[in-house]
Amino acid sequence: MEIVKTQTQVTASDWRHKKHNRPIGEKLIEFGIKAAGFSSIVLILAIFIFILKESYPFLVGAFDFKEFFTSTEWYPASVVKIRYGILALLVGTILVTVISMLIAVPLGLACAFYISEFCSPNLREIYKILIEFLAAIPSVVWGFIAIMMINPLLINVFNVPIGLNILNASLILALMSLPLIVSVGEDALRAVPESYREAAEALGATKWEVATRVLLPAAKNGLMASALLGVGRALGETMAVLMATGHSIQIPKSIFEPGRTLTATIAAELGESPKGGEHYQALFAIGLVLFILSFIVNVTADYFIRGRRK
Amino acid sequence: MPKILILLFLIVGCSKNKHALIIQNKGSDTLVNLAQAWAEEYKKVKPEVAIAVSGGGSGTGIAALINGTVDIANSSRAMKEEERAEARKNNGKEINEFIVGMDALAVFVHPKNPLAGLTLEEIACIYGEGGKCVYWHDVRGTVVPGCQENKIIRVSRQSNSGTYQYFREAVLGKKHDLKLGSMDLNGSRESIDLVEKTPCAIGYSGMGYLNPNVKSLCVSKELNAPCIQPNLESAMKKTYPISRELYMYTAGTVSKEVQDYMNWTQSEAAKVITIKAGYVPAPKR
Repeated sequence: MEIVKTQTQVTASDWRHKKHNRPIGEKLIEFGIKAAGFSSIVLILAIFIFILKESYPFLVGAFDFKEFFTSTEWYPASVVKIRYGILALLVGTILVTVISMLIAVPLGLACAFYISEFCSPNLREIYKILIEFLAAIPSVVWGFIAIMMINPLLINVFNVPIGLNILNASLILALMSLPLIVSVGEDALRAVPESYREAAEALGATKWEVATRVLLPAAKNGLMASALLGVGRALGETMAVLMATGHSIQIPKSIFEPGRTLTATIAAELGESPKGGEHYQALFAIGLVLFILSFIVNVTADYFIRGRRK
Repeated sequence: MPKILILLFLIVGCSKNKHALIIQNKGSDTLVNLAQAWAEEYKKVKPEVAIAVSGGGSGTGIAALINGTVDIANSSRAMKEEERAEARKNNGKEINEFIVGMDALAVFVHPKNPLAGLTLEEIACIYGEGGKCVYWHDVRGTVVPGCQENKIIRVSRQSNSGTYQYFREAVLGKKHDLKLGSMDLNGSRESIDLVEKTPCAIGYSGMGYLNPNVKSLCVSKELNAPCIQPNLESAMKKTYPISRELYMYTAGTVSKEVQDYMNWTQSEAAKVITIKAGYVPAPKR
């Protein structure tokens, strides 16, 4: 009996724990991979700590929770009374993100389905190049398109006084996040094994049925991820929304009224506010709000995807 | 783009002179075109001196001067007493002021707008907090063709730009704010582009940015006072009500090269460049 005991098979996990037996090169590689993995966590933490550090004096000083979140008066350079209310900016950010996604997600996913499933291989390559070209346009150029082209267009088509508004910004943002949604969505659809399609077609399903009944559920998580990347793009965009929203501090009563976003406020004002001043710190407090906002979006999305998977 | 740093590394003739001196010059976006034109011209005068010009805004330039990271700060507003005190505290240096030019803040509208001029009070009514002018018919009963609802679309600048702060002070005095809800663009170029494409809009910017696609309004101090267009002459004589000085600042005793450059900016040769760049030369003192 005792002899049998000593001859037990060495399992993979046993082997992994015997670190001292492994060559030094392997250890180094493992350490390298671990470090790379941890670096993203460290980076996120570092960014969070940096933002917190820069905004801290404001948060314990001039910050007034009620004013900050419920007032629409953002008057950082007032000569009468300096006020920091971000409600209008918060509403602007949320409105622009939601509306742009209402446009971009259906359009982008439809486009991904078409490119992946319905069009011929030759056309597919052309489409992919064209769509990826959209992603290469710098955001300032999008901003100028918003001012010089979409602005007069909206004025004439909808008979409104100003064409730089929530709708304009949503259109621009939808166009900007489209390439991301399409290419990630397309990858997700391509990743569904060919055998799924073949099996469905063998059962007599039409192309449409394959797409909606088989591919959509199978690629659901990937498609979701593509939509979320789009949300991230829309939430974080600065220069283009700065120019397209009109950058006007007010809660828009309709999509034809100008608004302002959190990101654009930071972009426009940080450059000219002296480092370490109260205004500078308040802008970092906005950064903190944005950070928390995107964190919430990511965590909910993650929860949602995991919940569905179980 | 004001946020893009315009860096001019004017390094001379494949570094014949390896110790080419670089003067750092930063600040106002209103002044950046002029500072750049001067830097280019000065290369011909003194090839061994390179001037690196960048924008970023008056506040940025002044902050950099206080921190000692630049040699010359450009500003479209006068330096505040607190800022001078800070510089003194920081590095014990006194600030030297140079008036390098004049600028008139033009108020402009879409070419379709029939309005010819405004008084300061009317501008305050349009832009100021509590001002009651919301529609164009509130201002001299104007009706703007092509403008839906006849609504005034106010185009302004971000609240910490030198242009914004000067406009506020000139129109509303030191103790009033501008109304919220204006389109706060981040550059004079963008303001002009937007007004050009929007019949309802009114905007303001440094006179150098004006182009024929927008209509510049004449401005009068009161209703019966003469209405004056912003131009070279009216800005120099300060008859135009919204004209301002443009400044360059240095800190403490500066190197000979910086001093020479500052002296040169006051010369006749520099003034020719000033006019060419669309600015108004500083009046003789």
